[in-house]
Amino acid sequence: MKLEIIIAFVLIYYLRKPPQGIEISIRKKKILNMALVFLIVAIIVGEFNLINDVYIKAIGFFMIGYSVYLVLYLPEFHHRRNLAYALSPLVIISLSEDIIAYARPDLMEKYEGYFDTAAFFAIIWAFAMWYISKKQKKSLEIERKKAQEKEKEHQITQRLKAELEVRVKERTSELTQQKEALEKTLRELKAAQTQLIHAEKMASLGELTAGIAHEIQNPLNFVNNFSEVTNELMVEMKEELEKGNITEAMSLITDIEQNMKKINEHGKRAGSIVRGMLLHSRSSSGKMERVNVNNLADEYLRLSYHGLRAKDRTFNAKFKMDLDPDLPEIMAIPQDIGRVLLNLISNAFYAVNEKASLIKAADFGENYIPYVEVKTGLTDSHIKVLIIDNGPGIPEAIKEKIFQPFFTTKPTGEGTGLGLSLSYDILKAHGGEIQINSIENKGTTISVLLPLGKNQDSKALK
Amino acid sequence: MKILIVDDEKDVEMLFLQKFRKEIKSGELELVFAFSGHEALDLLSQSDPPTVVYVFSDINMPGMTGLELLKKLKDKYPKLTVSMISAYGDEENYKKAMASGAKEFFTKPIDFSTLKKEISELLTNNSK
Repeated sequence: MKLEIIIAFVLIYYLRKPPQGIEISIRKKKILNMALVFLIVAIIVGEFNLINDVYIKAIGFFMIGYSVYLVLYLPEFHHRRNLAYALSPLVIISLSEDIIAYARPDLMEKYEGYFDTAAFFAIIWAFAMWYISKKQKKSLEIERKKAQEKEKEHQITQRLKAELEVRVKERTSELTQQKEALEKTLRELKAAQTQLIHAEKMASLGELTAGIAHEIQNPLNFVNNFSEVTNELMVEMKEELEKGNITEAMSLITDIEQNMKKINEHGKRAGSIVRGMLLHSRSSSGKMERVNVNNLADEYLRLSYHGLRAKDRTFNAKFKMDLDPDLPEIMAIPQDIGRVLLNLISNAFYAVNEKASLIKAADFGENYIPYVEVKTGLTDSHIKVLIIDNGPGIPEAIKEKIFQPFFTTKPTGEGTGLGLSLSYDILKAHGGEIQINSIENKGTTISVLLPLGKNQDSKALK
Repeated sequence: MKILIVDDEKDVEMLFLQKFRKEIKSGELELVFAFSGHEALDLLSQSDPPTVVYVFSDINMPGMTGLELLKKLKDKYPKLTVSMISAYGDEENYKKAMASGAKEFFTKPIDFSTLKKEISELLTNNSK
């Protein structure tokens, strides 16, 4: 086997088989294939000694030369440079050996040893180069693979990032929308709450006006009737005086005196009802004033009674006032405290009335007399107002709930459920307290505590 | 003739006594007053048959209402004439009163001339 042919074969073979990623045109492939075939033929021919060795060698060198040309001048084959470099020393030595063997055989004998050694080293060189090249290729491949991986990962990351951004944007806009919707709802709820509180105030005022108008009728009737009858008496008195009946006239005057007193009384009564109503309707100025709680209790007890009487024809209750005459004035907002008392007293009246209706309806035949008492007194640090009723009491289960806004045990439409909640707020704002003491079926006592002022010590006042 | 007036307002007594001074003075009329349904029943039961011939009652009173009293009076003393005086001149109350046997229904403010007419009719009828 001729070395040159083998080398040429190797070269061309590898030229034909490029590494990954490099393309060779089909035409070139075909040429290379032909070259390979040609070389195989040459080998066979050489083995069978059909042609002179020299020709085989020449073919070999020619092919090598062709390969070198391809590697150096054609970009597609640049990748096989290393192979060419690896084999070149061997080729050169072989070529030199052949030339000298042909031209100066005498020198060949002398230097054959050197040529062989050189050839040996050239082979080692070729292998070394091949080995290094392979290693290089491997590490290049690894690097390339790494780079690819990295690129892939990077792309995935980028894609995920983009997706995330999109989702975050979506989410943010969702949340922003929700926030705006909630803000809107909150505004609407606040507006509704204001309206409802206003409605509650108006309702409690409305309840009163209907009843009050009616209740004012009563004292006004008396004023009219007594003035009328006084006129009649005056006419009579004149007659008696003309007749000279002094004693008769005097007794008439006594009657007239009494009548005037009555007119005054009933006039005042009407006046106080109106005043109470105005006080209740006036929107709170928020200013603290000196307040006589006894007066407030009295006024609002009557007010509540009148109002409920007029609203509900069947309403009837006994009431009593036990007001401590030594009760000092305190600083408070009179409309607000009045509202609280009105609410609590009305609740008490309502409760006893409910119980009375139930008893009547069930025809228990009991002699139940609905009864509400308002009592004022002093503790060391507070004014105490007790609203006592003998109604059905507050069940344990709802004791916690009654101060909640909108909580009511009244049938729909009859109460806003805001009375106690407002009262609680008002008392809190005054630094006061409200306590419930109730026994089911027996009755309820509500205690309202209002603090005395800083320099109001009940002991000092006494 | 004895007439009973039932009203929880105490001043009603004074008013009536003055309005009917002449009749009372002349002895034509005797007025008695009760301030609750129970008081009225007590008063009437003092004599059997009761000396009162006519009862005027308010409707809106604490304890026993005028309508309840009306029923009881009509049950116990069917011959007794009962009329209502009330601030509530509405259909419902009127119907109830009439259904329970009331003779007349007067609304407040009391028109004493109408009342006087009613009473004088009674007097003339009585004296017959």
